[in-house]
Amino acid sequence: MLSRVAERIYWMARYLERAENTARLVNVYRESLLDLPKGVGVQWRQLVEITGTEEYFEPRYRSSGERNVMKFVLGDLDNPSSVLSCLAAARENVRTTRDLIPSEGWEHVNELYLFARKKFAKSKLPLNQHAVLSEIVMRAQQIAGLLAGTMSHGDAYQFARLGRSIERADMTTRILDVGSTTLIAPGEEIERLENRLWMNVLRSLSAYQMYRQYVRRRVSGSDAVEFLLRDEQFPRSVAHNLITIAEALKRLPRSDKPLRATARTQRHLASTDTAALFGNGLHLYMDELQVAFADINEQVVNAWFLPRLDEAV
Amino acid sequence: MPGPFAIAERGVGGVCIIDRMRIDWKKYDLQGNFDELISSPGYARAAARGLVKYLRSLSDEQLSRRQRAAELAIAEMGITFTVYSEGENIDRAWPLDIIPRVFAASEWQRIAAGLEQRVTALNHFIDDIYNDQKIVKDKVFPAEVLAGSKDYLPVLAGAKPRYGVWAHICGSDLVRDKDGTIYVLEDNLRVPSGVSYMVENRSVTKRVWPELFRKHEIAPVDDYPAQLFDMLASLSPRPLDYPEIVVLTPGIYNSAYFEHSYLAQRMGTELVEGSDLEVGKDDCVYMRTIHGPQRVDVIYRRINDAFLDPKAFREDSALGVPGLVRAWRKGNVALANAPGAGVADDKVVYTYVPAMIKYYLDEDPLLPNVPSYLCMDPQQREHVLANLDQLVVKPANESGGYGMLIGPHASVTERKKFAALIRKSPRNYMAQPTLSLSITPTFCDGKVEGRHVDLRPFILQGERTYVTSGGLTRVALQKGSLIVNSSQGGGSKDTWIVEGQ
Repeated sequence: MLSRVAERIYWMARYLERAENTARLVNVYRESLLDLPKGVGVQWRQLVEITGTEEYFEPRYRSSGERNVMKFVLGDLDNPSSVLSCLAAARENVRTTRDLIPSEGWEHVNELYLFARKKFAKSKLPLNQHAVLSEIVMRAQQIAGLLAGTMSHGDAYQFARLGRSIERADMTTRILDVGSTTLIAPGEEIERLENRLWMNVLRSLSAYQMYRQYVRRRVSGSDAVEFLLRDEQFPRSVAHNLITIAEALKRLPRSDKPLRATARTQRHLASTDTAALFGNGLHLYMDELQVAFADINEQVVNAWFLPRLDEAV
Repeated sequence: MPGPFAIAERGVGGVCIIDRMRIDWKKYDLQGNFDELISSPGYARAAARGLVKYLRSLSDEQLSRRQRAAELAIAEMGITFTVYSEGENIDRAWPLDIIPRVFAASEWQRIAAGLEQRVTALNHFIDDIYNDQKIVKDKVFPAEVLAGSKDYLPVLAGAKPRYGVWAHICGSDLVRDKDGTIYVLEDNLRVPSGVSYMVENRSVTKRVWPELFRKHEIAPVDDYPAQLFDMLASLSPRPLDYPEIVVLTPGIYNSAYFEHSYLAQRMGTELVEGSDLEVGKDDCVYMRTIHGPQRVDVIYRRINDAFLDPKAFREDSALGVPGLVRAWRKGNVALANAPGAGVADDKVVYTYVPAMIKYYLDEDPLLPNVPSYLCMDPQQREHVLANLDQLVVKPANESGGYGMLIGPHASVTERKKFAALIRKSPRNYMAQPTLSLSITPTFCDGKVEGRHVDLRPFILQGERTYVTSGGLTRVALQKGSLIVNSSQGGGSKDTWIVEGQ
């Protein structure tokens, strides 16, 4: 398999997953803000920080009100991580690897991109934003299911799985960040709101029902964090995705270095006392994990996408 | 005998379709042209008799249904071509007319022999030009024509590709004049395209007319990818059972990308871009794979010479592979077609092909050239300038119908412009009389009418030579038009070589 093709499939999966999770992130953020008492200042700008896109936002927007931030996060093509940019990038990557992706896969990705373009390209954002975002989430899920169900699970599929899992783990930590950052504002009411906030976080990751089944306690910050970081069976948890990453890596040739980086992250996660993480501590820990995922990504790039000739000759 | 396509042959309730709805071959208008299927009103040519008879049994409505079935099949199979318009690449459905064009096997054998002879002579010529230049020394081919050739690449002098073959894949354009003579219009030796559509036209036509394929002996065309693979494998510099063959494409934005990807898939080879390849310190070519660098033996390149290797040719080329030509010269990788083969794909050089056949093979040409006037010759130039309103003027080094003057259809201003161009650089122009291309029955706007066609057969040359059974028939869908290019409203047809009779 050509390195370029592997790289495109990997990024196709990452971008699709990022689009889906950004849509989830926006929905949870909006819900949480609606639940906050009116006196608490609404911090839309945090969405920019959570997605790590300040460098694209700062020079182009003067105010960080709801309208600007939504436009930036959903439909701004100059923001490489906006939902629309992600879908455009996913589409471009599938377009150039159509031989390897089942043809329905291409059709669905193309249609999803066209759907998002229609909804977000205008300066006015859709009124039924929640429904539009939910549809994007659902369609992205459909594509992931289609690939799992119709694509041979060979090298190409492993790269798709790798990209999806790395992105998903990363995005789960970013969505968890909503919990940490929204709660930083101190006040008496916080505790009363905590339960509702974490419920929103869990819901946005489609994790509420599973959390209920597996944790069997009232929703609390530390339990939700523990569940989304370390529950090995929930498919959007960080631990679960690290396992999937390792499995995909083991099926690919020359995967020692990316495997080592993954194992390091797994050990780091296992040795963390999640109960001790709250407020800014949680935020800093999410940053640490994101750096670890970036390291796995770098090892993947070095192992397969940039093979140097000197190695062989 | 309804085939897999359940089509009501008799309309609703088995009522007979009234006669005026059917093709009346007696009223079919030959418009004073040679027709590929019909010899005179009401009479079919021998090889087409079965087809014409069958078409007569169908109503226009039934034909419409088959045409729609063909269009549906094309959409489902994803057969597209790319047009560049308003800054965007648009994939359009490939236009196919369901009425095939038919050759008798006996006639086709003569044409195929002529094509083989021609390509053999052309390869002798290219090899000679880059080595001893005997043909120039013997004054059969003028030195000044060579000196004025844009596609002659002096840096390649002395190169010796395997079998002395430079043009491994050739697409020659054939046209038929009023009296039925087949002429060679040009030989495309750079990166000729269209062959994937020849193969796909057949698979669609088979779905549309299964009953005709059962009744007639029609030469298959779908072995082309296998023949291409075998020819490419015969070029491999390493004696391996499984040489590594790749198709090199400029990428998704190229108008022939569908074909690049199609051929790679059908041959089971990788479709690579320039950035996937690298020339090592050992002057061998490697492709970057997830298993590490892997040596490449044969490259079927679909990138023009100028962009092939920024170290040898255009420095600004981002599509090519630095050092590729060096690796090729050392014999470590085969390139098909070889760089520099375009020297023989020049409208002025074309006029010397009959002489080449005589010179290298000591044979008479089996297929004639279209009579041509060379503007570099003072006498012929005066004739061209005096008769611009009747001639087609072609630039020597362009392909795809660009930069041409079609005298009878041109305005006075255009003719003046071309007269000036010819006087300025006579070496770069040649002229030919306007041929009346043959016509063939075509289903247009719900009825059957004659439309002009040409034919592009493909010739493969490596260890052996192979000529396709037929080729890609292109048809000008506009009434009276001679322009067959798909980007300009042209369509295509399946081409049948029919055995027997």
